[in-house]
Amino acid sequence: MTSDILLSVADFSVVYDVEPPVEAVREVSFTLRRGEILGLAGESGCGKTTLAYGIQRLLKPPAVITGGSALFHDESGDVVDLTRLDAEQTRRFRWDKISMVFQGAMNALNPVLPIGAQLGDVFTTHRPDLGRRERIEQCAALLDLVGVGRDRLRSYAHELSGGMRQRVMIAMALALKPQLMIMDEPTTALDVLVQREILLQISELRKAFGFSVIFITHDLPLLLEISDRIAIMRAGRIVELDTASQLYRDPQHDYTRKLLASFPSLTGERGDFVRGERAAS
Amino acid sequence: MSTLEFRNVSKRYWVRGSGHLLALDDVSFTLASGQTIALVGQSGSGKSTIAKIITQLERQTSGDVLLDGTPIPRAGRGLRRYRQQVRMVFQDPFASLNPYHTIRHHIERPLRLDRVVPKFEVEDEVRRLLERVRLDPDELIDRRPHELSGGQRQRVAIARALASRPSLLIADEPVSMLDVSIRLGVLNLLADLQRESRLGVLYITHDLATARHFSDEIMVLHRGVVVERGPADRVILDPQHEYTRALRDASPDPDKHFGAAAGATTTGADS
Repeated sequence: MTSDILLSVADFSVVYDVEPPVEAVREVSFTLRRGEILGLAGESGCGKTTLAYGIQRLLKPPAVITGGSALFHDESGDVVDLTRLDAEQTRRFRWDKISMVFQGAMNALNPVLPIGAQLGDVFTTHRPDLGRRERIEQCAALLDLVGVGRDRLRSYAHELSGGMRQRVMIAMALALKPQLMIMDEPTTALDVLVQREILLQISELRKAFGFSVIFITHDLPLLLEISDRIAIMRAGRIVELDTASQLYRDPQHDYTRKLLASFPSLTGERGDFVRGERAAS
Repeated sequence: MSTLEFRNVSKRYWVRGSGHLLALDDVSFTLASGQTIALVGQSGSGKSTIAKIITQLERQTSGDVLLDGTPIPRAGRGLRRYRQQVRMVFQDPFASLNPYHTIRHHIERPLRLDRVVPKFEVEDEVRRLLERVRLDPDELIDRRPHELSGGQRQRVAIARALASRPSLLIADEPVSMLDVSIRLGVLNLLADLQRESRLGVLYITHDLATARHFSDEIMVLHRGVVVERGPADRVILDPQHEYTRALRDASPDPDKHFGAAAGATTTGADS
């Protein structure tokens, strides 16, 4: 049996080496269990995307990982420190074990390639032994799986709706059956009905395949519904990490309380929204 | 006091390859000064088409748009006077301000073009407008848009919209591009301005929660048809139309999510 922990991050720090240097992620530590959905929330610029990119080793200069470790506990029992992989090891590791659904699905697909070809790329790169016919079959099966349908293999991105494009991105992230999927604002550009469908889909796929998810968004109400645990980030640090219900019922940190209050409740009270009273200014 | 009226307005777009698309189907409503209406609906429901017709960036295919009982003039001085009365705040403050020009220029232009105040008072008026949207004129007046944060830019866009002293304001997703931590601040500002100047505001959004708290009434649009209109709390808490209910149930609502489990052991009641 492998351990229950999939990823343990300790004292992870990232600095943007500009003048003056920006400490984007400061000594962040957390663990992620197998099959868990961990929400990562915070305002723009708090470091949530930098942290996720750092774990994936997707950061480009001037961003530098200045310390800490990110241990990935593979199904096979191997433990890999992601911060120590060399370029070739990283290339093989990425997408195979950890995949990513990028922010802005509307623009993440290549406009001049059919989506089937883009899905196929994943297999040509990571599963070179796969025959052509088999590869196409795998791509078709993936599109079926996410509800886009195999008849869309030859479609271009502009022929698909926003929701379908996002599903294609998820299909692509699923292709190699990764153990961890990082989702960076996957539903932000979509309207609520489509967003709800996509979220249901993600949770069904997670049940079927058992992968873990790090879900990044600033939409705290959404996170509260879908996450097992939530980490609140501010100025590069995780200021609070707890189960969704604990965080909602009994937030410990002032900033968490402030963030919760900046979302007026749909059916409950008004939070910080002071309509009807004069704003004290 | 002004009242804008949509009377049986329809809009058809011609889509190459697939024929006509009925974007608005017989829409009627009124918006009066002092009143806030939220217009909600999913992408493609026709929200922005309504905004475009109100501002006359598009012309309706049939039906009438009336301001105080008079149809909107098609061109010329009349149209300009209409646009002075009905102003728009756009969604993206990064795209709606010209990167070449200073903040002063952005707000001066409507003041000069519409001759709102005499020439020698323009500078004072610009400063007054910036103060009204809670910006510091001394700090910002000579800056360019890229030096401002998203929230500041949207405040400038609001100041610009208010420059011609309109009676109606159309706000198309005014906070959806802003960071969560400042959205409420901008909405609260709009709410304050609305009360101070007795503006009529059409708040176009897909966010039901802010729609409920910001506006007096909510109008729900589905495939170009107004399927429900009523007092904000009633529409959200007790929706009459199944589409409104679907929208509400799809919106994240932690209160309901955790509320069900808090009192008793009723779990799994949601979704």
